Amino acid sequence: MNMRFFVPQDTTALALGSNSVASMLAGELKERGLNDEIIRNGSRGMFWLEPLLEVEYGDSRLAFGPVTPSDVSSILDCLSSLEKNTKSANHPLHLGEVDEIDYLARQQRLTFSRAGVGDPLCIKNYQNLAGFTGLARAVKLESQEVVDQLKDSGLRGRGGAAFPAGIKWQTVLDTPGEQKYIVCNADEGDSGTFADRLLMEADPYQLIEGMAIAGLAVGANQGYIYLRSEYPVAHKILNQAIERATEAGFLGENICNSSSDFFLEVRLGAGAYICGEETSLLESLEGKRGMVRAKPPLPAIEGLFGKPTVVNNVLTLGAAASILEQGSETYKDFGMGRSRGTLAVQLAGNVKRGGVIELAFGVTLREVVEGFGDGTYSGRPIRAIQMGGPLGAFLPESQWDTPLDYEAFAAIKAMIGHGGIVVFDDTVDMAAQARFAMEFCAVESCGKCTPCRIGATRGVEVIDRIVKNQDRDNNLILLTDLCDTMELGSLCAMGGMTPFPVRSALTYFAEDFGGESPREN
Amino acid sequence: MDKSTNIDQLVEQFKDLPGGLMPLLHAVKHTVGFIPDESVSQIAKGFNLSRAEVHGVISFYHDFNTSPVGQHTVQICRAEACQSMGSRRIEAHAKKSLGIEYGETTEDGRVTLQPVYCLGNCACSPSIRIDDDIHARVSAESFDQLMSELCAPATDNAGAKR
Repeated sequence: MNMRFFVPQDTTALALGSNSVASMLAGELKERGLNDEIIRNGSRGMFWLEPLLEVEYGDSRLAFGPVTPSDVSSILDCLSSLEKNTKSANHPLHLGEVDEIDYLARQQRLTFSRAGVGDPLCIKNYQNLAGFTGLARAVKLESQEVVDQLKDSGLRGRGGAAFPAGIKWQTVLDTPGEQKYIVCNADEGDSGTFADRLLMEADPYQLIEGMAIAGLAVGANQGYIYLRSEYPVAHKILNQAIERATEAGFLGENICNSSSDFFLEVRLGAGAYICGEETSLLESLEGKRGMVRAKPPLPAIEGLFGKPTVVNNVLTLGAAASILEQGSETYKDFGMGRSRGTLAVQLAGNVKRGGVIELAFGVTLREVVEGFGDGTYSGRPIRAIQMGGPLGAFLPESQWDTPLDYEAFAAIKAMIGHGGIVVFDDTVDMAAQARFAMEFCAVESCGKCTPCRIGATRGVEVIDRIVKNQDRDNNLILLTDLCDTMELGSLCAMGGMTPFPVRSALTYFAEDFGGESPREN
Repeated sequence: MDKSTNIDQLVEQFKDLPGGLMPLLHAVKHTVGFIPDESVSQIAKGFNLSRAEVHGVISFYHDFNTSPVGQHTVQICRAEACQSMGSRRIEAHAKKSLGIEYGETTEDGRVTLQPVYCLGNCACSPSIRIDDDIHARVSAESFDQLMSELCAPATDNAGAKR
């Protein structure tokens, strides 16, 4: 019998005990005199099923989950009587063929098509799954042709701001300069988001490929991945991947036997949320306090160390690799309106089936939360959904039919952001959440502009007074005024969007603030 | 081990690296366990910066603590996804059972408690991080279990380590 076992090693699988499952499996196999291979793959992103054990036997790949070490023995018993190529096994944790699990089968995976399939550090595995073909194609094209591919695809920045990626690349290409940089923003700080982490941990070469393509496109020979220090697993995997990609000639001098060089390095952040803002990130990369810069000048013109710089999110660069591989037309065929391609939705918080769900733009929030999430983890009714991280609005049920489209969300004063969805059940105290939004802003503000630095602290105090019913009407007016000031007077989204969760909580969940009726905004 | 020699070597290693101050501070923290106040002038000299500039960078980032921490650092996620799964209760429980507030270290020097804003494990909240290991779906009971595992083996060789 020749089976191959797959046990994930991404952060969530590890946090749920996948290492114990792997060592139990190794022990059991040895005891049974079997020498089947155990591969530590990345996760498929179906985190509610982790640790997800997969068994490849002939043409079939059977899934079992969530597995604990004590399940390993009975799974092996069940496998021992199995026919090769069979699609089913008689075990309570058996989930069928992994690709046919509904949660995965209903997705449209482009960026995450390889996630969880094999050892994330195996270059051969990556190439077998069409990896590095986008780079090979880019090497043969002129810089302008590569940029045109990106422009034609309609790809918009996946970090949250949704700026057209092709236009950014064009600006850097058009700006003269001996030295240019590609910077990957891997400071994924929004609560409820983990798609960047999954890509880096499960398919790191795709990010590396996307960055090398960006380097070719704009004429940059140095790249940095600015990674948050809260991701120790991704850090380790990325460093190993860069080392191997360099050895294999995909990074370093004369990449893919071309005349172009591309060097890549990971730099760690140090726990500052604001460094996810691109100009603050650049300051931090330069070794300074992560203070937000005024724009203009745009980073594309004066970025890292004052040089023309592409700053893109992990998923944007990952998508660039698939666009070069499959062509811009294929990518553009997905989506709606001006939101083209796919969005990696991250379903999180109080939800039964959380994970990464990659879908074409246009599906509604309700379809994702109800269709994939299957209700709350607590079993209680959903009361509020926060989309787009700590700066995103809290949405009441009346807004859950909004399609995932950048413009549709902007129209309801909400945002898709980086695609994180946090579900709250009916025990949530929305006044406490509004207060937390201000508190978080006070903790994480870089301090450069007054509305954000001081406004956030005053915001906490004003919300406290409202909840205590102290001079309520005047304090409500004051809070609205404060939100206006922060929105209009802050340099970046930190101060400028902290009012979004506050206002939405106040508008749609006014009863939590001790009020009687919703206020107009 | 002589701290100042150590730091001099690290400064030498990173001073010519573009944007080398952040990697240096991480390296100092990794080697010493914190960023000693007396290292600021050494670092400033090596990087051709003022002491105020170096201090400014250190004080900006949550990660760069300037005093020693316990043998283990326990971080509790305070962000929204974890809140939706009851992290405020875990937070209160941790402070009470360890008898310390955020930023403090237990009397026996074993555990330093810190807040953290998102560990990227939001589909299986609430999450905590103990040193470099992240734990999912933490409850008050599993927190206590993790803490007792942390403290049990250390009791035997605490004398040797300290």
